[in-house]
Order: sequence, then structure tokens, then C-alpha cells
Amino acid sequence: MLHIPCPWCGERDEAEFRYRGDASRSRPAADAGLEAFVEHVYERVNPLGWHIEWWLHVAGCRKLLKVERDTETHQIRWVGNPGDPVPSKDELHL
Amino acid sequence: MNHGPSRVADGLLTRAGGAVQFFFDGRAVQGVTGDTVASALLANGCLLLGRSFKYHRPRGPFTCGPHEPCALVDVLSAAGREPNRSATTLEIYQGLNVRSQNRWPSLRFDTLAINDWLGRFLPAGFYYKTFMAPGWAWERIYEPLIRRAAGLGRIDQHIGKCPIRAETVHERTDVLVVGAGPAGITATYRLGQSGLKVMLVERDVILGGGTILDAHWTEWRKQMLERLSALANVRALTRTTVLSAYGHGIFAALEDLGANMQQEPAGPRERLHIIRARRVVLTTGAVERLIAFPGNDIPGVMLAGAALAYLRRYGVAVGRRPALFVNSDEAYDAAFALQATGAESINIIDIRSESRAAERARAAGITVRLGSVIVKAIGRSAVRAVCIREQSRRRQVTLAADCVLISGGYSPAHALASQLGAALRWQNAVAAFVPELSAQLGNLAGAVRGLVGLASAARDGEAAAAAVACSLHQSLAPEADLRIPHEPPSSPLQDLWEVRDVGKAFVDLQNDVTTDDVRLAQREGYEHVEQMKRYTTHSMASDQGNIGGLVGTAVLATARGIHVADVGLSKPRPFATPVPLGALAGTQFGKHLKPTRRLPLEAWHRAAGATFVTAGYWLRPLVYSHEPGWEPVMREARAVRHSVGISDVSSLGKIDVQGPDAARFLDFIYANAFSTLDVGRARYGLMLREDGILLDDGTTARLGHDHFLVTTTTANSANVLEHMEFHLQTVCAEFDVLCTDVGDQWAQFSLAGPRAREVLGTVVSDLELSNRAFPFMAVASATVANIPGRVFRISFSGELAFEVAIPARYASKAWTALLDAGRAFDITPYGLDALNLLRIEKGHVAGAELNGNTTAGDLGFGRMLKKKGDFIGRTLARRPGLNAPDRSQLVGVRPTDRAQPLRNGMQLVTPDDAAIVGFITSSVPSIALDGWVGLALVAGGRDRIGQHLVGKSPVQQESVGVELVDSRMFDPENLRARC
Repeated sequence: MLHIPCPWCGERDEAEFRYRGDASRSRPAADAGLEAFVEHVYERVNPLGWHIEWWLHVAGCRKLLKVERDTETHQIRWVGNPGDPVPSKDELHL
Repeated sequence: MNHGPSRVADGLLTRAGGAVQFFFDGRAVQGVTGDTVASALLANGCLLLGRSFKYHRPRGPFTCGPHEPCALVDVLSAAGREPNRSATTLEIYQGLNVRSQNRWPSLRFDTLAINDWLGRFLPAGFYYKTFMAPGWAWERIYEPLIRRAAGLGRIDQHIGKCPIRAETVHERTDVLVVGAGPAGITATYRLGQSGLKVMLVERDVILGGGTILDAHWTEWRKQMLERLSALANVRALTRTTVLSAYGHGIFAALEDLGANMQQEPAGPRERLHIIRARRVVLTTGAVERLIAFPGNDIPGVMLAGAALAYLRRYGVAVGRRPALFVNSDEAYDAAFALQATGAESINIIDIRSESRAAERARAAGITVRLGSVIVKAIGRSAVRAVCIREQSRRRQVTLAADCVLISGGYSPAHALASQLGAALRWQNAVAAFVPELSAQLGNLAGAVRGLVGLASAARDGEAAAAAVACSLHQSLAPEADLRIPHEPPSSPLQDLWEVRDVGKAFVDLQNDVTTDDVRLAQREGYEHVEQMKRYTTHSMASDQGNIGGLVGTAVLATARGIHVADVGLSKPRPFATPVPLGALAGTQFGKHLKPTRRLPLEAWHRAAGATFVTAGYWLRPLVYSHEPGWEPVMREARAVRHSVGISDVSSLGKIDVQGPDAARFLDFIYANAFSTLDVGRARYGLMLREDGILLDDGTTARLGHDHFLVTTTTANSANVLEHMEFHLQTVCAEFDVLCTDVGDQWAQFSLAGPRAREVLGTVVSDLELSNRAFPFMAVASATVANIPGRVFRISFSGELAFEVAIPARYASKAWTALLDAGRAFDITPYGLDALNLLRIEKGHVAGAELNGNTTAGDLGFGRMLKKKGDFIGRTLARRPGLNAPDRSQLVGVRPTDRAQPLRNGMQLVTPDDAAIVGFITSSVPSIALDGWVGLALVAGGRDRIGQHLVGKSPVQQESVGVELVDSRMFDPENLRARC
């Protein structure tokens, strides 16, 4: 189980959130074609290590959070709003 | 005191004990308070406690703690039979009734012990290889036979209604310390001193771990426990096992409340602690392991540490003429302790050629044979002698012995560390895998880190406390003296796994896995430790291979000709020990399993005699009758078709969508257009998933230029809201739109039937309801029974119908007013079954057809998809596969013989029985048409309309001829709803 530091509500239990998948990709443009949408919907990398994910705080502020989580250790090193660019390692002072 | 001939001293736990009587296989046994079932039986000289899993060999207790492989018993009580309780941890109480397992007719004489003599024909994989053909015989003959012969405890066929078995509590702490040995106690004390909140969790009934077994540490233990109890910020839990580590500082621990059972038989038996800790210190210690040699399972053979524990804890000597088989100095403690209580003769067989402990033992008059091994134990239901061999001479000697105390070294208890992600590294000094954990994930201290001796563990606990305190920005108070006792220096251990000779040598006593089974697995290609584990079932029993797991690995390594370190251990997963499922369920069963959502008018429905059904979380009236059968449903539906009915549809999801971009947003979310919808009108909408499959359907009304009300199906409302919010925060982030769930704010009733207009007209004061002024799919605000509400002219039943929305708190007043107004027309409340009947006749789809596999095209809505503009699912809905002509398509079905009933789920088969082409999704006895009607999904169904198929239900052995018809079976032009 995870503890997710919600920027709006503070650190909350995973049970309050709904996982919404890979946040590193965005929906193709309307005219991008079948191939692009097939890739968007079905093709996923499954990284061991750092991964950027969507978590929707359904039992809290109902805000969508962009979370950078290590899939191996479950460490969470950054949480931001949907529009925020993911900071680099240097910016995180790692 | 003398409670049993083998009770030779006062035990730490039984010192102040009074007499307790319990029953073992129906025979009364005397023990004392503090005894376990095993210690009380051993005190009475009873070694034989059960029969083994596969070979039905006699077995006695092998350990004195939670990793017991052999001494498992059934507990019988008013609550039923509870199998596989460990006799070595089960505390006795007056009247406790336990039974031995896996024997027939009795423990002493067991007919299936013949399996032991047949043993060489029953190796690992025997069942798979032998019981192959014919296929039918497996289920009917082989499996029942094998199940009867193998296995341990029995589960009752009928389990009585049990009261709440367990409770769940949530805990928060700064530091969780797992295990209260010298390292755990020291770490807890030092962290507690610094002011941090500390939780110390210990599975034993008292704190102390290894210090309990060593008299030199009695004073230290007493003082430290006094210091701990003086700290208000320290909480120590005993009888509590940490089951699993979930990361982010979350742990599950199970507290055994069995000791309270006498006082409160109806109270909970376990308490599940969900612990959230900022830091964790694992001081889980090490587990003594066995040595494999023929006869290492005969009752009387046990771990050396177990014999020491029986003596120190319960004052019970497991034998008077013990033979010890060891490879370390630590194991000698059992010999010294037994000698002190007057053992007749003690032989120590040590594989090492020199040892400091051996010198001390010889000085005390104990016979020590260095450089020797036990090649076999002799005896059947109890050990009589051991056969030993001096490695230098090859000569074998037989020595009389009444117990064999073995110790193959100590393996770090790494299960929790591994769950946290620890890597295992081989350490020669302890001949075991030692976990290594990054400080980020947790701290390890003591024997779990491969340290030997209590003093070094205590000092390591101190170091771990300092590291944890530092990481929490706390400083440790300087401590003058922890008064750690001096320990004599010890000689190193020599690894020792197996002594090969003729006979069965066990590596897993609970699953009856021998060293030969491990070698067989290797020969047959199951070389990886995880494959060997599954092929032989080694370490798959409830003791999880704690005492023999590494021995199996070592035997496999030898067979493969590589080092143990390169074979590794199988991965431990939660839970670290067996857990009753009821303990995990806690109070969450039956009605408490999930929340119940209640309609504002539930009391009225109940008073009107409704039978309820759960739809999503909602409790909805199914039919206003308790009579079985379809007649009450058909009566309600007939009222709607012929006069007027009223139904509570408040559970439908309602989402209020507002903002300047609301229309644009709905155009994107829905597959059909909403920006073209006029204010004051409603439209049926289809929502797709991005992969092109239908997500949900419902009616959406435009209440103002920038204001829409979306309705969703009852079960899907939370998903649809989440779907909208996700897209509003990503793809549509620049849209100025707000979505609000208003499902609980509005009650909604459907007033349906030819007389609906007349009924509504008498309670609505400010709305002209004529077909011209308020046509089909019109929407308006209106005052209903003097309450401001909304009226929608929408129809699911296919009749002239109005849906009336009222603020939920005024639901009752409006409902009653509508009923009063309808009395002249014999207005009839109708439930979900009648609603379903009416919609199936009309061919309207519901959850059974929107099943997550169907597309808009499948259900006949293909032409509703917008040609212009983007929407979710647009691109992928156009995939050729989702538009293939042979996809399952919605059709109506009617039995050829109108008297025959249909059944949901019936397979539709071609008359020549060649192919299954579809199935019935929904079916009801019709009132508008003759006989039953149903909806079905049939391959290429629309082109098959007019064809005859056979509906088959193999389970019920039913078969009925059907014809496929258009899904709009009643009033296909929808004239009744539009009039």
C-alpha cells in the first residue's frame, strides 16, 4: 500500500485514490490515425524503476495528480498537477 | 510440583501455574497454566502427536514454537472444528478438546501407514505420473482417493454461523520494532528514551526472545522490561505476529486473543493490526534448522533449541538420555541445561574436529564425539537409539538414546526483510543467506543480520536505534551502561546439511519431502529452486520451510554440483505465517462487506410490501410482493401498459455539468452531439471508452445554454463521473466546465402509462403538459405538489411517460401527491422487474447488453456516432474488427412454441447443432405479446432475423426452439411514447 502526498490534502492512503495509468503519454490528436490510437490505448512499457503515473483522488479533493513512483521500491519522489512538467533528477536535488 | 513425570523443574511460564485438564483424542491430560498442548503432553511422556501427510509416519513435536511442521492438531469447540493448529503454540485451558490428525482408526494404529512401506513407489510427482488415464477417472476415483489418504486437518463440511471472529485496528507509530529479543528490546528502549513513539511487536507470549533461554540473561531481561514499562511512549504487544510488509511503512500484524477465550468465549479470537510506521527495525532473529539423515522425523527427534525451550519455559525434559547432533557451539546449551536437571547420560555428536564448547562439555562430564555424524535414528513411534560414524574411522557405533536433539545452524528469519525488497547474500560464518536492506526501506539488527550471540545482538540493536533516531532527526540520550552480560567466546560453525544412508531423510517434515525427492526433481530437470519447490512441494506447507528450506537448497546444490549460494531460496511472500481467513475479514462480512445506499423512499417501499434487490450499492424495490413467480411482476407491468404506474428511479446517476464549454465538453465525452440540443430538450446519449467499446448510456437534458444534466445507469455513475473528471483535467484541461455529482440531491420518479398525463396534470401547477406544448423529450422546471422540481418527458417503458425530479428531502410529499392523484386510475407502483419486462418488450438495452464487449454498432446505434468532430473512442470504434458483419448483434428472440419459457444465458445453437452463434442476455414473460420474449446477442444477428435457432441450457438440460426477431418487439415506431 502506498502513501501519496496529495498537494491539496496532505499525505493520504492509497485506498483514497484511483489509479489511472501511465501519465507520460498523452492522447493523440484527433486526426493522428488508427496506429497512433492503437499504440496509445494498448501499447505500454512496464518499467522497473521510475514511472510517471496518474492518480485521481476520488475520496478526497477529486484532483488528478501526476506522481513519479519507483515500481520496484514504491518510493514516491515527486507529485504534481497534471500540467506540471516532471522535474529532472537535478531539480529534485537527488 | 509434579504435573507429569517429565516435569523436572520450574518453568518460566509454568512456575506459578495451577492444574489444568484438557483432552487429547478424548483422553484427559493434566497440565498446568502456561503449558502448550505439546509441553503438557511431553510432560506426561507422550511423544506421539500425529501422523505425517503422505506416508502416515508417526510424528511428535519437532520445535517449541511457531514453525512446527509435525505437531498439528484439530481444535474442537462449540464453534466447530479448527484444523492445523500448532500444538507447540496452542495454550491449554480447562476443557480444551484437541484431536490428532491424519490417522484412521487411531493414532497408535493407522491403516494407511502402509504408505510408508510403499514409500519407494510414491516419490515426488507420483500422482501426476501414475493417475493419468482414463481422464474421467481422475475426478471420480483418483482425486477422492488421494484426498482421503493425504492431508492433515479436516475442515467441517458445514460451518455454523460464527460470531465475529476478529477485529481490525489501525495503529500509527514513529518506529515499529519487530521481534523482542536482545536486539529488539535494546533498540526499543533506546528509541523510547529519545521520546519517539515505539511499537514493539513480539509473537511469543512474553518478551525476551533468545534471552529467555539463557539464565545469564535473566537479570538483564528483567531490568530492561522494567525500563520499557516505565516509558509511556513505548507500547509492547505480545502474541502478535507481523504477517506482511507492504511498503511505505505499512504492516499487518495478527494478535492472538486465544488466551481470552476462556473468559469471553464469544469475543473475537484475533485482532488484526494495520500498522503505519515511519521507520521499521526488524529484529526477527534466526531460526534453527534441521539436519537431514534417515529417521530424522521419528518422535523424539527435535531441534536442540526446542529441547532447551521446553526445559526453560515449561520445566519439561524431553528425554533423560539425549543424543545431540550439532555443528555449532550455541547448540551445546541444551546439553548443559539438561545435565543441570539430572539427565542420565548425554552424548554430543559434533561434526567439527574442535570446539570450545566441547571442551567445556567434557569438563562437565558430558561425552562429546568430535568429527562424528549420526547416520540414522532407530525407532518407530519413539527413538530408541542412534547409529553414529566417526568420519576418520568409518566405524559405526550404536548408542542408546531416548531423544535426538539436532541443530544444523541458524538461518536469519528474513521473510519480512525480503518482502521489503532485501537482497539475500550468502555468509559463510553462519552458513546461511543473510538479508541486506537499504536503510531507506528498513533497518535490520541482531541475528537476522547474521550476528552470533545475544550480546552482539544487543549491541547491534543499540546501533540500529542510533541510525533510526538520526534519520528522524532525534538524538539518542547518552546511556551509561546497558549491562550486557559477558559471553564466552565461541568456535565457528561448520556447515552440515545431510548425512546419506539408507532410509528416508526428510527436508520438509510437514509435506513429507525427502532428500531423494529433491534429487529426483533435479534429475527430471526441475533444477531451479522454485521449480524444485513446486515439483516436490518442499517448503509449501504451513510452516513454509522455515526449518528445512535451506537444507533442501543445499541438497539441490550438491546434486547440481554448484555452491548453495548459487541456488538461492524460494521467494517468501506474504503472509509470513498462516492466517485464518476470518481474521482478515474481521467484521467485513455479510451486510458489512460493502456499503448500502438507500432510496429516500425506502420506508414507503417497505411498508408497501416491496421485495428488495441490490443494484450497484443501491437497495431497490424489485416487486411490490413477496409472492414467488412472475404474476405480481406482470400485474405491475400491465398497469403501466393499460393505465398508469409509478416507479422510483432515484438511484440513476445524475451529474450536473455547467460552464461556458459544457456543450463542447459533452460533444467530446459522448459519441453523439449535444451542442445541437435545444435548451429545454433531452437526448439519449452513448458514451464510448477510448477503445471504441460502449461505456454507458443515458439521457442528457439541456437545462440552460451552459447547463446540462447527465443521467447515467445506476451501477456506472461513479465511473462516468471519474471518466469525465479525468478528461477534464487532461485532454480538456483548458475547458471551463464543472461536473458535480447530484445523484443524492434529487429523487426521481417515472410516471408511465396512457393516463400519466392526466395524473401529473393534477399536481403540476405551472406547466402545460399537452403533446404540443410539452412534446416527447421535452424538459422543464415545474412546481410539483407545491415543490419546485423538474419534469422530463422521457420513457424507458415505451409508454407515455414523465420523469419527475424532486429535491430528495421532499421525495415523500411529491410521491404521495402523485399516488393520490392517480388513485382514480388505479395507479400502481412498479419495481425493477416490471421495469425490466417493459424495456425488454421495447428492445431497450440495459446492463446485460452494455456488458463491456459491445459496440454502438452491435446494439444497432451505429448511425448515432457523429461524423464530424473528435470524441472519445472515435478512432478505435472504426476499426474493421469492431465493424465486422459477423459480430454479435442485438436481436429479439421468441420461442417458436409460445408456451415455452426462455432463460437468461441460454446458448443459441443452429438447428443442426453445428455451432453456437449467440446467447440470450435478458428474457421475461411478455404481457404485450404472446409468451416469452428476450433479447440476445447473435453473430451477424441482424441478417439472421427470421431464422430459427435452438436455445439450450446444458446445466438445466433445457432446450427450446426460438425465432429471431427485430429487437423492437413492441410498438417499433414508438408511437405510444410520443402521443
